[in-house]
Amino acid sequence: MPAATRPTAPAAISVDGVSKTFRLPHQQYSTLKERVLHPLHRTTYDELRAVQDVSLEIAAGEFFGIVGRNGSGKSTLLKCIAGIYRVETGRISIAGRLSPFIELGVGFNPDLNARDNVVINAIMLGLSRKQAMERFEHVVAFAELEGFMDLRLKNYSSGMLVRLAFATAIQVDAEILLIDEVLAVGDAAFQQKCFEQFFRLKREGRTIVFVSHDMFSVERFCDRAMLMEHGVVTKIGEPRVIARAYHELNFGQLPHEAPEESQAASGTTIADAWFEKRGGERVTSASQEDALSMCFEAHLGEDLRDPVFAATLRTELGHTILVARSDQHGHPSGPFKAGEAVIARFAIPNWLTASRYMLTPSLAREGTGEAALALVADMASIVIHGTATGGILELPVDVRLERL
Amino acid sequence: MSTLPDIGLSAPAPVHQYPGSHRVYGPSALGGGRHRFWSLTFMLARTEFKLRFFGSILGYVWTLMRPLMLFGVMLFFFTKILNINEHSPTPHYAEYLLESIILITYFQEATAGAVPSLVGRENLLRRVRFPRLVVPLSVALFCLFNLCMNLIVVFVFILGSNVTPTWSWLELIPLIGLLVIFSTGMGMLLSALYVRFRDVQPIWEVLLQLLYYGSPVMYTVETVSTKHFHPLGINIPYARLVVINPLGAILTQARKALLQPSAPSAARALGGDVRLLIPLGIIFGIFALGLWYFNREAPLISEKL
Repeated sequence: MPAATRPTAPAAISVDGVSKTFRLPHQQYSTLKERVLHPLHRTTYDELRAVQDVSLEIAAGEFFGIVGRNGSGKSTLLKCIAGIYRVETGRISIAGRLSPFIELGVGFNPDLNARDNVVINAIMLGLSRKQAMERFEHVVAFAELEGFMDLRLKNYSSGMLVRLAFATAIQVDAEILLIDEVLAVGDAAFQQKCFEQFFRLKREGRTIVFVSHDMFSVERFCDRAMLMEHGVVTKIGEPRVIARAYHELNFGQLPHEAPEESQAASGTTIADAWFEKRGGERVTSASQEDALSMCFEAHLGEDLRDPVFAATLRTELGHTILVARSDQHGHPSGPFKAGEAVIARFAIPNWLTASRYMLTPSLAREGTGEAALALVADMASIVIHGTATGGILELPVDVRLERL
Repeated sequence: MSTLPDIGLSAPAPVHQYPGSHRVYGPSALGGGRHRFWSLTFMLARTEFKLRFFGSILGYVWTLMRPLMLFGVMLFFFTKILNINEHSPTPHYAEYLLESIILITYFQEATAGAVPSLVGRENLLRRVRFPRLVVPLSVALFCLFNLCMNLIVVFVFILGSNVTPTWSWLELIPLIGLLVIFSTGMGMLLSALYVRFRDVQPIWEVLLQLLYYGSPVMYTVETVSTKHFHPLGINIPYARLVVINPLGAILTQARKALLQPSAPSAARALGGDVRLLIPLGIIFGIFALGLWYFNREAPLISEKL
């Protein structure tokens, strides 16, 4: 077991006192003209401490998970390890060949066919052109896209795209892999194949660091995991413990985050949130028979591609009952223009127990690595009346008694 | 599953430098191995090439069309309307015009294409570690593919108009080499500057116009005014000024090598062999400056995009 070998095993990655600060200028002097007109004007900065004094060692052959809320600095840390960002203080040492990428499908070009894209992507990953050609058949077979190789990527569905990207990415020869949120890809059957690949990589003794929001995968694959919050490591330990801590952090404390800050930065706002019955009638109370929709209206402050609309339903005590996301079933939401207003509706069967519930609408960028663009905690509420059996949900129950 | 203890924060991992481990220093202009550097550069250039020419059936024809149309318009204007040949006939004026347009088009495309290259590749720069210099170099390489194909047209045109091939045609190779070095240096400088200053693009467009008219493209060096350019105590004849400009020197020398052995060489137009050091100095100076500045900015490019 890794527990016994860890202290003596050589560290594949050692991170020592690493900090990364982004300087966000108050006033963006981004033209030469301004530079010339205001030569003495010193730009003032806000400092965003994305990663603060992080130290950790990851042993060779270890499967290490990094979890944390959006904006907690996980991806920044990963980019520092990958050598994409330069660290100011501290040092990072690596033993072994490091994969140069942290996301799937990097460099995919929608105007080229799949064949060209696989080769481009493989070269990005560090393979030579010859190797890329040789492994092409494996990629196609794994992705199960035999008939689609001459199709341009822009005609691919998002599921096919991710399959192709994953199939290419596992061809990488690196001993250390850094992966930012990739596990939940494709349909159930393909996910199973992905999991098998992860077990294979693990058996081969590769060191894998992966950032995820999916606690299921973290618990399933990781030997150890780490929880980050506001750029600081709050906990390193067993995946199960970390997953629980992550859940507590998310669902216990989410309402206390100041949403004003996240709203101001992007220009994207949530104008209204409400519940409606079937037929579109807005309601503040409902009985258990009524099917409900959680709705909100968002005003977009910038052009967005496949933003994620989400509605979180919580009890008054702050327990999360449900998180509904627009990308839940793998469908991207499509492109949106700045200035557009969008109404998001999430229809749910009303199995809630009689109580009061709060709706937290939010809107985030595509993927899961970025912070929310807009979030208003507990913006709307609804009172459900009817029976209360004592649980959180009143799920339909089929009762059968069998006399023996 | 794992039975690892929670090591928490109280016991930060001790620092070991294990044998065989190396320190990670963030992104750089070069580095990552020569093989990977060139295979990435080729790959990016090739991709650009494919996108441009395989997207439409006549992709290449359209790319060639632009300089050819320009050539047609200029030829008509300067020989029919203006009649540049009336007082001082220039042998092979049409061939010279075409060849100069093709060469300077390379410079324009390579530098103007390099300006937004880093910003346009944000997606890659933020997600993959690779030597940053690959990006502007791939633009220069892509434009070089283009130049080579365009030169075929130039040679067909030249051979079709009774110019006899000579060994001096080979001089074109080092001349194009100098042109590539000059454009690449400029490209490195401009692409890195554009990350910080977004008005580099319109400024460079204006400067390109200036260089176009300030280089002997549609005129030859002999026809330049004998008057002097003398602002701020500088005193240079205009005829020298156009060849101090490296593009002018390259075009003038290419004309002598390719079309008319009796035409003035770049050295003669400058008034002495030693003075060739001025345009050469500018070429290598820009290259060195570009490389230095790019190298200095490289670690921070992915953050500043």
